[in-house]
Amino acid sequence: MSETITSKHVSFLEHKGKYKGLLGWILSTDHKRVGLLYLYTMLVFFSIAAILGLLMKIQLIAPGYTIMGPQTYNSMFTVHGIIMIFIIVVPGLPAVFGNFFLPIMIGAKDVAFPKLNLASWWIYIIGILVVLSSQFVGGWPDTGWTFYAPYSFRTPTNVLPALFGAFILGFSSILTGINFVVTIHRMRAPGMTWFRMPLFPWTLYATAWIQILATPVIGITLLLTVMERVLGVGVFDPTLGGDPILYQHLFWIYSHPAVYIMILPGMGAISEILPVFSRKRIYGYKAIVLSSLAIAFVGYFVWGHHMFTSGMSGRALYAFSFLTFIVAIPSAIKVFNWVATMHKGSLNFQTPFYWAVSFIFVFMIGGFSGLTLGSLATNVHVHDTHFVVAHFHFIVFGGTGYSFMAALHYWYPKMFGRMYDRGWANTGWAVFFGGFLTLYLPMFGLGMQGMPRRYYDYLPEFHTGNIISSLGAILMIVGAIIVIVNLVRSARYGEKTSEKNPWGGKTLEWETDTPPTLENWEDLPTVEERPYEYK
Amino acid sequence: MSEEKQHISSYTSHILVLGALLVLTAASVAVTSLEMGKYNTLVAMLIAGTKAGIVLTWFMHLKFDNKIFAIFTVAVIVLFLLVLYVTFFDYSYR
Ligand code: HEM
Ligand SMILES: [Cu+2]
Repeated sequence: MSETITSKHVSFLEHKGKYKGLLGWILSTDHKRVGLLYLYTMLVFFSIAAILGLLMKIQLIAPGYTIMGPQTYNSMFTVHGIIMIFIIVVPGLPAVFGNFFLPIMIGAKDVAFPKLNLASWWIYIIGILVVLSSQFVGGWPDTGWTFYAPYSFRTPTNVLPALFGAFILGFSSILTGINFVVTIHRMRAPGMTWFRMPLFPWTLYATAWIQILATPVIGITLLLTVMERVLGVGVFDPTLGGDPILYQHLFWIYSHPAVYIMILPGMGAISEILPVFSRKRIYGYKAIVLSSLAIAFVGYFVWGHHMFTSGMSGRALYAFSFLTFIVAIPSAIKVFNWVATMHKGSLNFQTPFYWAVSFIFVFMIGGFSGLTLGSLATNVHVHDTHFVVAHFHFIVFGGTGYSFMAALHYWYPKMFGRMYDRGWANTGWAVFFGGFLTLYLPMFGLGMQGMPRRYYDYLPEFHTGNIISSLGAILMIVGAIIVIVNLVRSARYGEKTSEKNPWGGKTLEWETDTPPTLENWEDLPTVEERPYEYK
Repeated sequence: MSEEKQHISSYTSHILVLGALLVLTAASVAVTSLEMGKYNTLVAMLIAGTKAGIVLTWFMHLKFDNKIFAIFTVAVIVLFLLVLYVTFFDYSYR
């Protein structure tokens, strides 16, 4: 790249736009700033929800009343779930790294609709405020993040703002999806054919379609629940001729595809990181692309596995169980590809690599426990027990959370032009990983023994497992604090770097300036080969 | 799509669309007086589907636009029908 006049190389962080200071951020249509806005918002809410989680684990360290009673506990898991799902992992990697890196990775100057992109963030903030208003007006909602009917319109607590806020958050998700689909279709750099596109953009593409097509279903469902609560319209209420199981159908028709909104971009990030730290071409590029699309498609037809004990017809049970087993195949294909990518590579043990490898480990445990839950007979035994809690924490926290951390440590120098302290980053990862396993592994056992989820109390025979699990929670939080403090501190005081390609990556984001300039490229790049061509 | 030619529809086609929608709306009101059990819903859905199809094809220009939009639209409708189909594994066999 030609070193022209320095003023042309002002990074997006220092760029002076129409507005200064905070306004220059919250009114900026630069995709990179929007991505960082999401990152900071998520950091705040993740901290809040993590504290709620820790409080719940402290409550469960001994049977009976420890620090809170049943009603508080019910509100805690509800608010914890709503924040973690709707505010953190659903927007998740697309909102942060998708916004920041999608245009750069496909060689574009911004997303297709920059203003719409900023609007998505604002809608997201409004949704959050509406959700949070439920905390201050009336009692905290106590339905769980699933808002199951008929309880969700019978409970005296204040679920309306939570429902309505989640409804608004959905729009943010849809708009981001539309933006990404158009960006990928129309704005790829010259020579960037579909099959030369890196894998992270591919997974964003598959995810975007789920965001666009599945999210309206939950929007309508939540709105129907609002109508039912306010106007007494009998859609789900059996006493008014409604069908409560219809609620569960509608809810999971969105929420199962939504779990793929959470995990697919994470899989994409892992597929970026592993080849770079193995110095090897990704194994089975096309298989990864196709399995992403297959997951997105088949993922629409398995929602019934959340309802095996709700009283569906027998035929539906068999159909959904069968389909659930099918959907695990493309995920397994990816795991195989990742492992094969590392095989005989020259591995470079750095923080992003640690997060990526531990991702595979916990994701496998999560996936296999999913299959245990997907078989009809075992499900009857473990449904609504701690086994389910362990499953989805392994796969959502272990999957989306770990891949988020992997991605953050991988792209961090590019985003901030500074490097974090590697020693602390690795220590934080190790403590976190140890804490994570100590926290969630015992829950599998507790669930098998029959400890139900969503109760503030338990029988004495579950005590041992709960002590271990609660101590694990404390350890994990310590790890999380080390990781986050290191990252936040380094954004300010970390060692400055303007090296374009610190990890030796082969994708386009490593060819632009560090940190990138306002429009990413002085001249649009041209792409001549597939990504990850390590020779 | 600035480089592509814009299709301008005539007033006649708009009026025809409006007429068809009005007739079909009247039809969907009329069929409520027929007793067809669970098929009432099916008929209502078919009429509504036809209306949506007319709006998409002529009023929203799918017919004259780039093929890819038509492909996407059809794909989405197929997906939706598949979801409905799977839902009825439950409702038809309870
Ligand atoms: C290998 C593929 C997977 C299979 C076979 C599977 C299977 C299941 C089953 C059968 C349940 C219902 C358990 C019950 O309530 O009785 C369940 C719950 C859940 N799964 Fe998975 N799952 C898979 C992957 C995922 C992924 C990738 C995610 C998210 C990233 C995820 C997130 C969840 C969540 C959040 C719940 C609990 C919902 C709730 O009731 O609160 N699962 N899974
Ligand atoms: Cu599911």
